[in-house]
Amino acid sequence: MSHISVRNLTVAYNGHPALRDVSFDIPDRQVTAIIGPSGCGKTTFLRCLNRLIDVNNSVRVQGQVLIDGEDIFAPRADVMSLRRKMGLLSQKPQVLPMSIFDNVTYGPRLHGVRKRAQLEQIVERCLRMASLWDEVSGRLRAPAAELSVGQQQRLCLARGLAVQPEALLCDEPTASLDPISAQSIEQLFMELKNDYTVVLVTHILRQARRLADYLVFFYMGELVEHGPAQQMLSNPSDPRTRKYLEGVIS
Amino acid sequence: MRALMMLSAAAVVGGLLILIVVITVQGAGALSWAMVTQLPSGGYYLGKEGGLLNAIVGSLLLAGGATLLAGVLALPVALYLQRDYGGDTRRANLVRMSLDLLWGVPSIVYGAFGFTIMLYLGMRASLLGGILALTLVVLPIMARAMDEVFRLVSVSLKEASWALGATRWETMRSVVLRQALPGLLTAVLLAFGRAIGDAASVLFTAGYTDNLPQSLLDPVASLPLAVFFQLGTPFPEVQQRAYAAAFILLVLVLLVSVGGRLLASRMSRFSADR
Repeated sequence: MSHISVRNLTVAYNGHPALRDVSFDIPDRQVTAIIGPSGCGKTTFLRCLNRLIDVNNSVRVQGQVLIDGEDIFAPRADVMSLRRKMGLLSQKPQVLPMSIFDNVTYGPRLHGVRKRAQLEQIVERCLRMASLWDEVSGRLRAPAAELSVGQQQRLCLARGLAVQPEALLCDEPTASLDPISAQSIEQLFMELKNDYTVVLVTHILRQARRLADYLVFFYMGELVEHGPAQQMLSNPSDPRTRKYLEGVIS
Repeated sequence: MRALMMLSAAAVVGGLLILIVVITVQGAGALSWAMVTQLPSGGYYLGKEGGLLNAIVGSLLLAGGATLLAGVLALPVALYLQRDYGGDTRRANLVRMSLDLLWGVPSIVYGAFGFTIMLYLGMRASLLGGILALTLVVLPIMARAMDEVFRLVSVSLKEASWALGATRWETMRSVVLRQALPGLLTAVLLAFGRAIGDAASVLFTAGYTDNLPQSLLDPVASLPLAVFFQLGTPFPEVQQRAYAAAFILLVLVLLVSVGGRLLASRMSRFSADR
């Protein structure tokens, strides 16, 4: 299990800072919820952890993100293997234009798994972990796009799990789902946190209350407060956190 | 406003119908099995026996060859124009602008250009010459159409692939190409339709002959030129055959277009975000 620590992370788009001097450690095998109003840098922060932030040409990143002591922004860092360690679940499920089976095996095949039997094993294991197996086991060859949105999101989770990541980065993963699908995703996080470090960006305070072991509050690109969820929810130390939790700012 | 929209839409559909009806009625009399299975015999252009197999085969070879060649060139160009590679850099925009300008060049200019080059190289009018001139005509169409198709592939779809540790090229090959496939096919068909109907670019470069080409260096007939030459004769029965040739051309284009659409819709079954 890798340990993620963030040191003096500053991110700017075209010279406009989106994150300022963020430092904290993400607890292992817990759900860390990143909360804060829109535009506070939550998603920017998450995209730093797997370096998807690099996609944007006009971005400038300073500081360090250390995974087991290695800086992922170091010039020699291997981005592909980093991304493999960091599973991503995005806001809107993005299934790949292929069958359900191929969606799950896409990652493992990229990383060299070729044997049919082994791929089939991976598919069953990951679909079961994402509690989708019973619904799709009879039609693994069907296009993934034919699944419902809720099923698609669970498929995306299974696809992420198939590359055996060490952490799961989730960017408002229930935002486009109906309440029942959202609930089943939340349920999965509760099970997965025994084996994975889960970093969850959410704008739903109640979701953070339900799921989080550890809370991080961003405001205007600044890390305002972080700490064990119970403690922070019942007794926030910063007035801005208090206002946010009370719903005065949102 | 709504009435105007309906009227315009009706004009489009009506125009197509009238075109098909007129061509069919005018050409029906001359249409026969011999027309599509035989080569023209000696007195064909005076109204005697024979058919237009030379022009049908010639047109398919010319358009097929040009589409293939243009496709081989257009796909890498279109990929280069994507954000992942050349992107929105000045160099990519220069390529894009060049393609737009080339698109606007009339095909007779490509014909004349090709003819000059062929004279310089000592080549005769031939299948190869015609294919090369037609390639110039359809390359910008295909490349720009493919460029637009690739640009419709969402960044978040690519990110889903990158997030699994795929490289840029792996993502292009396995996700972007697959997602874009139906659109790419449409681009190819667009080019084929343009190529098979173009007369001006093959006039000097491919020539015209009553025989089927035996090699790439033989001259070759084409349907648009068959229409052109036959309409230009003073004999009514030959002029009627021009309409029959136009009808055959129309049917070929419609067949390819409808077939392509069916294929594209089958392929889009797997597309994400339909």
